[in-house]
Amino acid sequence: MIRTRENIYKWIFTVLAFSSLIFLLGIIVVLFVESIPVFRSTGLFKFLFSRNWYPTNEANPEFGILSMLVGSFVVTIGAMLVAIPLGIGSALYIHELAGDKQKMYLKNIVEVLGAVPSIVFGFFGMVIISPFIQQLLKIPTGQCAFTGAVVLGIMAIPTVCSIAEDALSVVPKAFREASFALGANRWQTLWGVVIPAAGSGISTALMLGISRVVGETMTVLMVTGGAAAIPNSIFSPVRPMTSTIAAEMGEAVVGGQHYHALFAIGFVLFVITLVLNLVAEIISRRYRLKLGLDL
Amino acid sequence: MSDEIRIKVEGVNFFYGLKHALIDVNMNIYKNMVTAMIGPSGCGKSTFIRLINRMNDLVAHTTLKGKVLLDGKNIFDPDVDVVELRRKVGMVFQKPNPFPKSIFENMCYGLQINGITDQKILYEKTETALRKAALWDEVKDRLSDSALRLSGGQQQRLCIARCLVVEPEVILFDEPCASLDPISTRKIEDLIVELKKDYTILVVTHNMQQAARISSKAAFFLLGELIEFGNTEDIFTNPRDKRTEDYVSGRFG
Amino acid sequence: MKAEITQKIGFFLLIAALAITILFLGSILYFITVNGVKVLSWQFLTDIPRKAMTAGGVAPAIVGTLYLTLGSILFSLPLGLITAIYLVEYSPKNIIVNILRMSINNLAGVPSVVFGLFGLAVFVKFFGFGVSILAGSLTLSILILPNIISASYEALVAVPRSLREASYALGATQWQTIKNIVVPTALPGILTGVILGIGRAAGETAPILFTAATFYTNRYPVSPMSECMALPYHIYALMTEGTHPDQQKMIAFGCALILLLLVLCISALAIYLREKQRRKYV
Repeated sequence: MIRTRENIYKWIFTVLAFSSLIFLLGIIVVLFVESIPVFRSTGLFKFLFSRNWYPTNEANPEFGILSMLVGSFVVTIGAMLVAIPLGIGSALYIHELAGDKQKMYLKNIVEVLGAVPSIVFGFFGMVIISPFIQQLLKIPTGQCAFTGAVVLGIMAIPTVCSIAEDALSVVPKAFREASFALGANRWQTLWGVVIPAAGSGISTALMLGISRVVGETMTVLMVTGGAAAIPNSIFSPVRPMTSTIAAEMGEAVVGGQHYHALFAIGFVLFVITLVLNLVAEIISRRYRLKLGLDL
Repeated sequence: MSDEIRIKVEGVNFFYGLKHALIDVNMNIYKNMVTAMIGPSGCGKSTFIRLINRMNDLVAHTTLKGKVLLDGKNIFDPDVDVVELRRKVGMVFQKPNPFPKSIFENMCYGLQINGITDQKILYEKTETALRKAALWDEVKDRLSDSALRLSGGQQQRLCIARCLVVEPEVILFDEPCASLDPISTRKIEDLIVELKKDYTILVVTHNMQQAARISSKAAFFLLGELIEFGNTEDIFTNPRDKRTEDYVSGRFG
Repeated sequence: MKAEITQKIGFFLLIAALAITILFLGSILYFITVNGVKVLSWQFLTDIPRKAMTAGGVAPAIVGTLYLTLGSILFSLPLGLITAIYLVEYSPKNIIVNILRMSINNLAGVPSVVFGLFGLAVFVKFFGFGVSILAGSLTLSILILPNIISASYEALVAVPRSLREASYALGATQWQTIKNIVVPTALPGILTGVILGIGRAAGETAPILFTAATFYTNRYPVSPMSECMALPYHIYALMTEGTHPDQQKMIAFGCALILLLLVLCISALAIYLREKQRRKYV
């Protein structure tokens, strides 16, 4: 009797667990299936590397996302230039210079800031940073790649900071003590021993930071201007992949080529972030193995 | 003291993956006696004791050959209900492991999972078991306190009481004093001696004085082999095997 | 001597990095609070929008966000918890399960707009729920499902083996052990994950863009099949649509402040719970 009941429970759990897994993995299938029509009509190469995006041209629509890829790329690189020094610098401060109590507060504050919704960053970027940059640099519009990079960079700081701090905190104390015993000062220890030991953990933080920035939608939609053209300077408006999807899905005819093309952008985006996340996971596994920690 | 055999171990071989953890063990455990398993760490004594209530079932990649007969019935037969077996064979672990619940809830757990919900019965059985475990006077006024607030020694006695409350017939102690101070250790030892009137008891210990104080039979394990099994007194004063002699006289281990 | 100077410069740079970070993030909180407070009032919280979005309140958006968030938890909590319990307690420990775990971790990093596409294709179109609270909640629940699974997984794995053994040794079955010992012990950790999930669901915009949200309605949603306003989407809509940008901007500040307070309180609660739990174990 008991055994039958136990088996029923086990069975129910297995079925429900697999159905939730199927839902999650279904994302990949759905994206791919919905993208196929465009890949078939346009061709994968032309889709990725043509700069002509004329989705609503009735006679001859064209679907090339090169300018969006470039847009995403430019904004992401810019954002990381902001987020890396500030995020990792803050993590090092929290790790090395903050006292126990300060450390606890700072870590929690960083985590709370990481939960601020992206729409709030986008809104802030639109009403405060973008006009500010426009006036400061005397450029025609503040809604450009540069502003996008700054806002996304600020937004990615908490992500980069807390993952980097985690990586630093698992470096065994013995490493530091060995370095101090050899007469190194704190900075030399930090620079020569702790950072190299935490190196791959810190690169995990970078990968996940990049992944967050690449996939960010509302912020770029609101601050990067939205011109679907390859930017000629960092102060030109750009339109990354995410904002194209968000901006155009409302107008696309369901089941039409435009609709499928937007799914195809989503698919490309998915693949990019998946690769970044996988790389991050592999690095972090190696890192933990190297330090002899549990996975 | 009777000479009635409660548990008969026949030709037991046990593997963790490829590691041969127990090699051809044969042994009899007698009723109402304390049987001690001694030997250096990693010798297989804990593995052995965990076979008796099939705790090793929970460990992946293990294989077993041979039989363990409890009252003549092989506990590894496919028709044996492992849940039933564990109700009959209680266990106390190396580190006290009370549930993060109140003292009373800890005591009731074993009864509740058997479907007993009557508060009066639960309370009565709790009191009886706590008295047997010599803990009643210390906790009777704070049964609803968290069990985690008790001292280590008290926690271990609570774990013993928690085991007694389901009225097992055999109790396995896996180094019950390993993490306790000498005073708590003494209390647990006295308790074990007291309990043997009603129960069949197996104790794993690496402390030879402890084995000498509490057990009537002793088994010496080395590298997975049962080297010698007999009356505790003989094992300590007149061992037959050279290796037993070396160990009990402190020459290695 | 040179080493000392390098150290001073180095530490100065670290302090500067933290200071700039705090300045940036602090200024966001500051500007939104200062401007948001100006429009925040009882009426703002409880009234419907009036005069083409230039006056009145944002109550339908608050209600919409509540429905969407509660709906998403309703789906994702049981499913996520069950999946985590399966992975920890029942699943065979083999390479397939490892791959499953890895894919769940990776799905947590998939951009939210991609979840929006998935919700559009599956819930809005395939199941025919249309643009509705139901479709939006389901989309959000799939979005936070990986987070809830991971958080629950970590919490369940952290339950000491000795507690499970104690339960089994008393003759408990696997299900009794899970129900009475493992899940209650892991509960604070699971709760933390759930609360963080709630915070995320409440603040997301992209997933509801095509599945639930509408810019303007002066009615409250009447059924799960209604479309609804939502705070995050309302901010976006106020800034990009409509004809009175200046008044709309102030209302957007108000919405941003409410959203910010909501999400910050939720994550502060989660962190508080976690710290309390940590202290209990140490």
